[in-house]
Amino acid sequence: MSQESPHFRQPLLRTPFHERARALSQIDRFIPWAGYTTVDVFSSAEQEYFSVRNASSLFDLTPMVKYRITGADALRFLNRLMTRDIGKLRPGRVAYTVWCDDAGMMIDDGTVFCTGENEYLVCTAERQLDWFAASAIGFDVRISEITEEIAALAVQGPTSYALLKGIGLAGIERLKPFEHGNFTMPGTDGAITLMVSRTGFTGDLGYELWMEPADATAVWDALMRRGSSRGVRPIGSQALNMVRIEAGFILPNMDFVSAAHTLRIGTERSPLELGLAWLVDFKKGHFTGRRALLAEQQRGPLRQLVGLDIEGTKPAHNALLYTERSGRREAGSVTSATWSPTCKRNLALAMVDAPYIATGSLLWAEIYLNRELVWERRMVRARVVERPFFAPARRRATPPAEF
Amino acid sequence: MSLRAANRYDAIIVGAGHNGLVNACYLARAGLKVLVLERNPFVGGAAVSRSLYEGFTYSNCSYVCSLLRTEIIRELELPQYGLQIIPYEGGCTMMRDGGHLAVYDNHDAMRREIARHSRRDAEAYDRYVRDMLRHCRFIKPLLLREPPDPTSFRPRDIHELMFLGKHFHGLGEARMYDTLRFWTMSCADMLEEYFESEIVRGHMAGSSIIGTALGPRSAGSAYVLLHHYMGSIDGAVGAWGFARGGMGAITQALAASLRASGGEIRLSAPVHQVLVRGNRATGVVLQDGEEIHAPVVVSNLDVKRTFLHTVAPEHLPPEFLDQVRRFKIRGSSGKLNIALDGLPSFPAIPAGSPSIRGDLHITDTIDMLERGYDDWKEGRWSRAPYVDMLIPTQIDPTMAPDGKHYMSVFVQYCPYELADGPWTDEKRKAFGKTVIDAIGAHSPDFRDLILHAEIRTPWDIENEVGLTEGNIFQGELTFDQLLFNRPVPGYAQYRAPVRGMYMSGSSTHPGGGVMGAPGANSAAAILRDLGRKP
Repeated sequence: MSQESPHFRQPLLRTPFHERARALSQIDRFIPWAGYTTVDVFSSAEQEYFSVRNASSLFDLTPMVKYRITGADALRFLNRLMTRDIGKLRPGRVAYTVWCDDAGMMIDDGTVFCTGENEYLVCTAERQLDWFAASAIGFDVRISEITEEIAALAVQGPTSYALLKGIGLAGIERLKPFEHGNFTMPGTDGAITLMVSRTGFTGDLGYELWMEPADATAVWDALMRRGSSRGVRPIGSQALNMVRIEAGFILPNMDFVSAAHTLRIGTERSPLELGLAWLVDFKKGHFTGRRALLAEQQRGPLRQLVGLDIEGTKPAHNALLYTERSGRREAGSVTSATWSPTCKRNLALAMVDAPYIATGSLLWAEIYLNRELVWERRMVRARVVERPFFAPARRRATPPAEF
Repeated sequence: MSLRAANRYDAIIVGAGHNGLVNACYLARAGLKVLVLERNPFVGGAAVSRSLYEGFTYSNCSYVCSLLRTEIIRELELPQYGLQIIPYEGGCTMMRDGGHLAVYDNHDAMRREIARHSRRDAEAYDRYVRDMLRHCRFIKPLLLREPPDPTSFRPRDIHELMFLGKHFHGLGEARMYDTLRFWTMSCADMLEEYFESEIVRGHMAGSSIIGTALGPRSAGSAYVLLHHYMGSIDGAVGAWGFARGGMGAITQALAASLRASGGEIRLSAPVHQVLVRGNRATGVVLQDGEEIHAPVVVSNLDVKRTFLHTVAPEHLPPEFLDQVRRFKIRGSSGKLNIALDGLPSFPAIPAGSPSIRGDLHITDTIDMLERGYDDWKEGRWSRAPYVDMLIPTQIDPTMAPDGKHYMSVFVQYCPYELADGPWTDEKRKAFGKTVIDAIGAHSPDFRDLILHAEIRTPWDIENEVGLTEGNIFQGELTFDQLLFNRPVPGYAQYRAPVRGMYMSGSSTHPGGGVMGAPGANSAAAILRDLGRKP
């Protein structure tokens, strides 16, 4: 890592992969993400996209905020905090979950790794120390943020298994979806130990590698060297955004704003509204937000996040949705949109008022088209469809295929 | 034109402070023949820029701007008359142990700065900002509205009361509780709900006591902090800025705007008394005996100065007068304006940090702030004073020669009356020395750079500006003196007990801070009474 300037001159940190990423960046498009400077696009979002769906991609996810949670009450603490039953999570397993405030409104989503009895690693999109610490009152639990102590790299795509096997991660073929384990690979100064989880944000076959920052460049180099003949390439946030929409995954500050940040009343969202009811376990006993969520479940949702298949090819970014072509009555708005090069569909996630959330409902999206700076407004059909939009069988196969 | 006609106006405004000028501007724009009377030979009240040392311009009283309503700036076309507000970045509290806590605009820089002291506080800061912004969102729509009289059945009062009730109810259950708690609690209690680090709390607490005879542990101080937070510049809530050319640029622009719409200003024209005939204001008599007539008389003086000194008591209800007498308007702040031969060094601030261009402080804990308040209660200035100091000439090129600097030092606490007798030149110098020594403890070259210093005690501020006890807000911003209780219950609608007489100063809702809102609200009330469209 290079010598960093003081934070008031250079507020964003650099990940252990930064030097490698900078060297491969063709167009210098970096964006801030969770306090780090990260690549938005290396060369072309479309090309990077196809490395995820066709070969292998490397995505630097070091900025994901990481907490180690230990102590005699670690499980009790997490079970009260999270909407899922963490008690069912055995060592070596990972769970995607959300957590809410008392009003049942989403604070964040993330993954919980069970690394041993009463030992967990929690990865979050946004910083949670304030909320976790407030939720820890009365529990014998230690919460430490270890974001900077772990470098993380997502290796995703149909050849990702072959690539990991190729760099010498023996036994990786046995790792099932949502499992994690420690693996070793040969390095120049002896073996490198990594934690690998079969998780990801692409909806495809893929892994996430968690390592000492000191090992980061060696792992990156090994992957790039081994994968060069099979189309491996680093990807930026834009390509990741395309694949995560195809996979139907949500992002904070895109599809919802954390209840920890909302200023206006009525802009916070519950997991039920976000279509995450499957993550809410009412049977496990008390958890934060349970009472409010139960009431909401009984009342029925006011609105819900749905998938849309939209007419035409122009992504419906931020489009307002209407019940009729006349645009007289609003029914919601698009939160995320992309053209899907694999599905050849114009996809979107949208927050839609309750009467229109059923699959098959027809809505109208208001899209603005830039015709060489002559703007045109179009009303196009938007059909509510099932999510995920794209879910290849290869993502779950164990052992995985070579491609 | 006869002399009689020349001395007859539609409205007379007493006091050419910013609220008086705002009031006059709106009245003049509505077509009234308006006269502003000012006892000083210059306009501005407590928003003035004056040159007391060759080549330097001081913002003698108020020194930074955030609360001035954008609506007023636009409607009165102040930018056209030379007003420019430049936001400043930064700020810093220097600690007694040589450490510091700086403020940065960039969110990640700010988070990492707080994390140097406490990782948890760095994240709690987001929650703090969120809650402050939520409170701001609640209060902002109330600023440019006339507070309702909750005991009245006038349609307008009922309407305004319903607006207030609906607005409050719209918060939802949890935030209604929070709001009530917040408006009444102490700043120390409030900050302890967010932060664990002493320095973070100490730094944040400063704004809760500026201009207020409260300590950080006094009930009601949390609101004062919010009052300093609810301003904005170009949509950035909480941002503070410099008026280019000093705070006088605001009143100079207002005066120019007023003259452009036909209003008149008479300087060195101190008002002796408001003329009242049959419970109706008919004009004013100046100290030299000249009478000027108008059916509308607006006092921009604070409520005590207005009703205890400028209206004869026989015209006022005794209960009203009693409440005016008990209105809290205690002097608690002093001010140093310093001409510097160069930029002083502050070893605690890292080289290259933009924080030096913001507000600088040397009080690093809430306890230290509270000790300073203890001194005030005992009738002496704080031995370790809280200072809010800025060096605007790092940004504003107009206020000092190149390479030299003007430093504005607001000082809390400094009493209006000392326990050991009246203020003297000697005591004023000793007060100045306390402040300069306190700053000097954080800046080795500071003392040697001083070319000139204007030292102002609350007593001096009262004597020059006219503010009772030198209170910068024309009355403390505590819940018992806010909204429909400001300045006194039953008289929060800008109207005096004498018909045709109005109040426009910061003693009225929504209070002080160079907001202009009292002046604008008062003008709207006058125009409504006259049956005119604003």
